[in-house]
Amino acid sequence: MIRGVFLLLLCQLVGEVLARTLNLPAPGPVIGLALLAAGLALWSRRHPAPDVDTTDVGKAANVLLASLSLLFVPAGVGVVQYFDLLTRYGVALGVSLIVSTLATLLATVGVFLMVKRLAGAA
Amino acid sequence: MNWRLWVYLQTTPLFWLTATLGAYLVADRLSIAARRHPLVNPVLISVALVAVLLRISDTPYETYFDGAQFVHFLLGPATVALGVPLYKNLALVRRNLIPMAAALLVGAIVAIVSAVVIAAWLGAPREALISLAPKSVTAGVAMAVTEKLGGLPALTAVLVILTGVTGAVVVTPLMNALGIRDYAARGFAAGLASHGIGTARAFVVDPVAGVFAGVAMGLNAVVTPAIVPLILPWLVH
Repeated sequence: MIRGVFLLLLCQLVGEVLARTLNLPAPGPVIGLALLAAGLALWSRRHPAPDVDTTDVGKAANVLLASLSLLFVPAGVGVVQYFDLLTRYGVALGVSLIVSTLATLLATVGVFLMVKRLAGAA
Repeated sequence: MNWRLWVYLQTTPLFWLTATLGAYLVADRLSIAARRHPLVNPVLISVALVAVLLRISDTPYETYFDGAQFVHFLLGPATVALGVPLYKNLALVRRNLIPMAAALLVGAIVAIVSAVVIAAWLGAPREALISLAPKSVTAGVAMAVTEKLGGLPALTAVLVILTGVTGAVVVTPLMNALGIRDYAARGFAAGLASHGIGTARAFVVDPVAGVFAGVAMGLNAVVTPAIVPLILPWLVH
């Protein structure tokens, strides 16, 4: 378990260092995500039947991801604190936020399926 | 309650850390009892429970965060942890690279333009429009974008969280109503429009949706900060 947590933290740490020193546009944890996936891909080449879920890092990752919602609670409570900021700008932001989220979901899923069909047909 | 005991509890992270986990357990139990109905969102319920506790006990957010920061900190390692399901589904992700690239670009632009245009039309002031533009990306990244462009980072944080909860609540009924059963596409849309909170929802619905949501969230954290400064001058004068 400790080894798994260590590997996750190490990936994030290296990600943060790379993001800052190389001025990369991606945030540190996202670079860490890519590093971990790339590391696992390399690791799997040297194992005949790799099962990542039984590894330390796999177990640690699955524990964290199973409770992903929990991790947004502290930031969410912060929102309540700043609720007056939102009301100051009236309903404009609320309406825009809801409509825009729906539009984004529709546009994204629509383009994904359309291009997938076109690419499949080509 | 004994006043001295209360003062002691306020000075250690123990109480509010315990309260955060407890509120989440109650919310998660409710979500399971509602068979994971999208409206019974565990983030929303936990936040409401904690907010009520803070209000009743007249506790400032700073005191609360002293305890809750340990949970908040785990967002970083949890983002890294998305590398594990990504690795497990690498072949499927590779096969969908072209649809992903197209959906990423269009989705990111729609997220920014639709939000700013609608809010401007409804009369929101300039600094609110700037703060709204990066609302679909993860909070830390969005706040950095806003700060650079002269918006209000605190307002951005609020809008980002609300966008996340909105996306997590509407994505399942919306996709079901449209009869879309491609969980790669559904998840990708959830992660792009509503970052980590949408990703958390996607993992509850389907593991493949979760993977694609995580990938979309990661990619959008790169694309949106790059295009907001290009698009915003056209929308906000």
